Amino acid sequence: MTDSKYFTTTKKGEIFELKAELNSDKKEKKKEAVKKVIASMTVGKDVSALFPDVVNCMQTDNLELKKLVYLYLMNYAKSQPDMAIMAVNTFVKDCEDPNPLIRALAVRTMGCIRVDKITEYLCEPLRKCLKDEDPYVRKTAAVCVAKLHDINAQLVEDQGFLDTLKDLISDSNPMVVANAVAALSEIAESHPSSNLLDLNPQSINKLLTALNECTEWGQIFILDCLANYMPKDDREAQSICERVTPRLSHANSAVVLSAVKVLMKFMEMLSKDLDYYGTLLKKLAPPLVTLLSAEPELQYVALRNINLIVQKRPEILKHEMKVFFVKYNDPIYVKLEKLDIMIRLASQANIAQVLAELKEYATEVDVDFVRKAVRAIGRCAIKVEQSAERCVSTLLDLIQTKVNYVVQEAIVVIKDIFRKYPNKYESVIATLCENLDSLDEPEARAAMIWIVGEYAERIDNADELLESFLEGFHDESTQVQLQLLTAIVKLFLKKPTETQELVQQVLSLATQDSDNPDLRDRGYIYWRLLSTDPVAAKEVVLAEKPLISEETDLIEPTLLDELICYIGTLASVYHKPPSAFVEGGRGVVHKSLPPRTASSESAESPETAPTGAPPGEQPDVIPAQGDLLGDLLNLDLGPPVSGPPLATSSVQMGAVDLLGGGLDSLIGGTNFVAPPTAAVPANLGAPIGSGLSDLFDLTSGVGTLSGSYVAPKAVWLPAMKAKGLEISGTFTRQVGSISMDLQLTNKALQVMTDFAIQFNRNSFGLAPAAPLQVHAPLSPNQTVEISLPLSTVGSVMKMEPLNNLQVAVKNNIDVFYFSTLYPLHILFVEDGKMDRQMFLATWKDIPNENEAQFQIRDCPLNAEAASSKLQSSNIFTVAKRNVEGQDMLYQSLKLTNGIWVLAELRIQPGNPSCTAWPSRHCPSWVLLAVLVGGGLWRGFGGGNFRLPVFGCCMSPSLLVPVVQDLELSLKCRAPEVSQHVYQAYETILKN
Amino acid sequence: MIHSLFLINSSGDIFLEKHWKSVVSRSVCDYFFEAQERATEAENVPPVIPTPHHYLLSVYRHKIFFVAVIQTEVPPLFVIEFLHRVVDTFQDYFGVCSEPVIKDNVVVVYEVLEEMLDNGFPLATESNILKELIKPPTILRTVVNTITGSTNVGDQLPTGQLSVVPWRRTGVKYTNNEAYFDVIEEIDAIIDKSGSTITAEIQGVIDACVKLTGMPDLTLSFMNPRLLDDVSFHPCVRFKRWESERILSFIPPDGNFRLLSYHMLSWDVGKINPQKLPSLKGTMSLQAGASKPDENPTINLQFKIQQLAISGLKVNRLDMYGEKYKPFKGIKYMTKAGKFQVRT
Repeated sequence: MTDSKYFTTTKKGEIFELKAELNSDKKEKKKEAVKKVIASMTVGKDVSALFPDVVNCMQTDNLELKKLVYLYLMNYAKSQPDMAIMAVNTFVKDCEDPNPLIRALAVRTMGCIRVDKITEYLCEPLRKCLKDEDPYVRKTAAVCVAKLHDINAQLVEDQGFLDTLKDLISDSNPMVVANAVAALSEIAESHPSSNLLDLNPQSINKLLTALNECTEWGQIFILDCLANYMPKDDREAQSICERVTPRLSHANSAVVLSAVKVLMKFMEMLSKDLDYYGTLLKKLAPPLVTLLSAEPELQYVALRNINLIVQKRPEILKHEMKVFFVKYNDPIYVKLEKLDIMIRLASQANIAQVLAELKEYATEVDVDFVRKAVRAIGRCAIKVEQSAERCVSTLLDLIQTKVNYVVQEAIVVIKDIFRKYPNKYESVIATLCENLDSLDEPEARAAMIWIVGEYAERIDNADELLESFLEGFHDESTQVQLQLLTAIVKLFLKKPTETQELVQQVLSLATQDSDNPDLRDRGYIYWRLLSTDPVAAKEVVLAEKPLISEETDLIEPTLLDELICYIGTLASVYHKPPSAFVEGGRGVVHKSLPPRTASSESAESPETAPTGAPPGEQPDVIPAQGDLLGDLLNLDLGPPVSGPPLATSSVQMGAVDLLGGGLDSLIGGTNFVAPPTAAVPANLGAPIGSGLSDLFDLTSGVGTLSGSYVAPKAVWLPAMKAKGLEISGTFTRQVGSISMDLQLTNKALQVMTDFAIQFNRNSFGLAPAAPLQVHAPLSPNQTVEISLPLSTVGSVMKMEPLNNLQVAVKNNIDVFYFSTLYPLHILFVEDGKMDRQMFLATWKDIPNENEAQFQIRDCPLNAEAASSKLQSSNIFTVAKRNVEGQDMLYQSLKLTNGIWVLAELRIQPGNPSCTAWPSRHCPSWVLLAVLVGGGLWRGFGGGNFRLPVFGCCMSPSLLVPVVQDLELSLKCRAPEVSQHVYQAYETILKN
Repeated sequence: MIHSLFLINSSGDIFLEKHWKSVVSRSVCDYFFEAQERATEAENVPPVIPTPHHYLLSVYRHKIFFVAVIQTEVPPLFVIEFLHRVVDTFQDYFGVCSEPVIKDNVVVVYEVLEEMLDNGFPLATESNILKELIKPPTILRTVVNTITGSTNVGDQLPTGQLSVVPWRRTGVKYTNNEAYFDVIEEIDAIIDKSGSTITAEIQGVIDACVKLTGMPDLTLSFMNPRLLDDVSFHPCVRFKRWESERILSFIPPDGNFRLLSYHMLSWDVGKINPQKLPSLKGTMSLQAGASKPDENPTINLQFKIQQLAISGLKVNRLDMYGEKYKPFKGIKYMTKAGKFQVRT
């Protein structure tokens, strides 16, 4: 008898039949009926109509039947909330059952009934079960708290279940501990700011004890939790490492990788001179190698992590090159990852082996893999100088195979080798030229043309070769056209006599017959250079080229350090910090490696992570620091090709060419689209400035009291730089939403359409939250105002200066780039008010070297006015006091990425004799600013106003302000923002 | 944690879905189908696929895709390990893991999955425990159940789950007490055109079949334990004892299990005369009418050598403590080709 009978198709009246059977008097028939119902449910049929009948079967002694009914309940309770109430009594009763299995089953099931109305009834039984004498019930109840939290977080907090859960970390049973940790970790993920898993040496000890005795899954949770701990010194770090290393021999690969994470992180704190450090390095290699003999899916995740590990600590696997050799029946995703690691491990010692392998791979059938193998040979040549010659000869061998895509790929990499080692391998040019006709891919054609142009003097028939490309000039891709233009100009400069005709031909093709502005511009530049000053032309065109760098694909060190903290997670698979892709990325707390504590540390370790606050708390503002050219320049060449393919929300990743069409559909799929109509009207009556400097122009512009200060619009992109398109704009923050208010003016003679906008990665992840909506074509001399809503969930890269934003705007004519500075106060969030205790603690906690002091000159405001002005821009006064005649405001603000900035603002009536106040004279935590008098007296003259200490709101409103300087002291874990916060202060206070 | 599981056959039908939290629409699998289409071959479907709101982690075994849906940051290896465990459990329960078998036993499958995870947290993944909770279907039991009306769901608390040996159930009884160990070594190697070895490694395992009454405490020692330096143990093995004495000491699970696996990159082959290196030659001939292979096909070799562990690993002795009876003991060695590839 099998269950397949349950799969027979839904006959008419089947539900009716089941109903009758469920209500049958015969136990056996009832059970059979429930089984049929479950089977239908499993295959996705809707059997919710049977709810009352199934619930009626719940009161039974038959455990199987009870379980089946519970299964049914979990599935349908949500759709039948009123009916689900019927089940409550049974749950409450079952939670008292003498059999712990039934108690556990009841507490487990009731947590799965996601009905708000019911949850309240379940609190009491749950409370009992959390304190149950049987650990099996307790551990089940621990998970139930997580379930309940998912349904109604407030209820869980109000009922004190979180505290009970924290207590379970000290439970005597390791399984209970593990489940409590797992439940807390899951709850903590939805509340990143809460301090649920507050780890201290005692709790760490308990976790380490439980680690040895709990199940493999529990070990994963505990290890991941341990990884968030910050040992107080290298000794503690070592002792934790010693207790974690046995996990490396576990059969479960997830346990192994979590243990590797803990070790990699804490190792950071150990001195390299310690014997133990060396031992640990040796111990890490075998388990990583073992992961590679597991199933391919496990291998893939392991390889992505190993890729990080070999970048951070190449010494661990430097002798294990062979295990990364590709087996021909590995899945493609494993092959590509292995190849990547092989190159990272390539060194003079093993290069011969690696090359032999790569050559072998280049003869395989999978085109993608073969291409990557050929590229890898090129990368080896650039990485290991001694091997360059061998690499070149290997590439030549491959070119002899005449396999089309192999040849093309080889030529592309040979071009790079030429650039890296000039005047060394040019003898192979002849061979390359033989393959000219077979090249059909733009990249390969461009590479070949570059080679011919660069070495024109050594190639007898260079002119013929280049001429042959000219015939189909207009059918070539832009890349090839540009390269061809340059190459012919180079040729002309080298052999002017024979090639005059050719160069004229190409210049006229580029300037007169082409629609491509880049090509035209380049053509004109060359033309003028050649016609006005050939010597200068020679200097420009044939200039020495900078050498190309050795490794272009290494992960940037601060990002790498952060990713090491995420070993074993999805972040490690994507090589992106969670903030870049986890939903609602704002909540994510950045992690960083602990600082090395041992004093013996030699100076040669710049990779040591940022010092300062403990990991897990430190909001490291800006994780990435990539090349500043960034993605903008790639805009018209398609998305950047580094990293694995990512198809998640494109706006967040920034890896998709937004300007390349399909814009609407891409953005439409994400969840933070603000409809353009909801945007705040731009401009608020501020006059239009002229020039970037106006952004901070303190004399013009009218601030607004409702919402943050809005600077007047400034011209960001003058018409002459953008073929007639003039863009001016400013940034606003209103009720929590940031927008970029733009004014587009068409100063050209033709109509402009098809506008689109994209930002380069920037320090705070600003990104358009909706497409740029220009509804009608923009006719000449027409101006349109648009408010573009912005989000802060884009990808992040540190910019210089911090508030720099590079923008690309596209229209039917071309793509234009400009950059602008945004005032930091648009990033101050509405919930930036810290409570006093917290303020006090945080202020003390932030090291003094992070403190920055500034003066705001000539600011005629009293404390009250300043406070309210600042508050409208989300700078909140936490407390206020008067010290020796000076008003002190203690203020807090929070940036969109969760960074807190604490401020102390000192306001004093002007007193010319007063100079800088030494901060150590200030009462304990009151550091700060002194009012430096001076400046002009304006208004009503100075006065000393006294206020009762701390927090009183009585203001000296009658004593009105004088012209005075304010002194501002800022503390932040990310000191680099201070300068910009100060500018924001100044802007807000003076407008 | 793990939100949902979809089982998908190679023609792209979802034939089973299980949700441990709220229900995730099966349309989420569309992203998987897209990836499947791009991958051309089933083996090449990437194991981690992002979608706008979820991540899909999949394994492909027995021509079935096991696709797990997760919503928050969960260690992917944890999910993939769990999926493999699901496959192993099905195999253990039903003998084979295939679409028809799963469909035939859908209620048991559903009950087992329900026991394996609670709210996405692993609950009972040891097949010893699971079998106590939900009895695997056998013909006899099915007949008995039909006649007596009893069920395949146990009504006992799974006792092992709370002891310090969660992998073993209590009250085990056998009339014949026996403990068998198989040392199986697989050689993974790549041999190049000229016949020289590019890589060669041994993946070894010791699989056990232990049917012993009560709570036996076993120790297994080796003649040459120093051969083992890269090992992964079943959780039952006492790691400290291994570290200090190089002896495997453990209370075994009941039935079949993998005691340890190990990995060797180089090993001792004994004395070989350099003048007369041993060599094995073979020729490959195609059947008449067979299509010509690619230019340089890679050949996969299969072979087995009975009663030999190529690494030279030898078990010294097995002792049992804690119980009075005398068990039958047996040890078998075998060497076979793993991924043994010869390039031509």
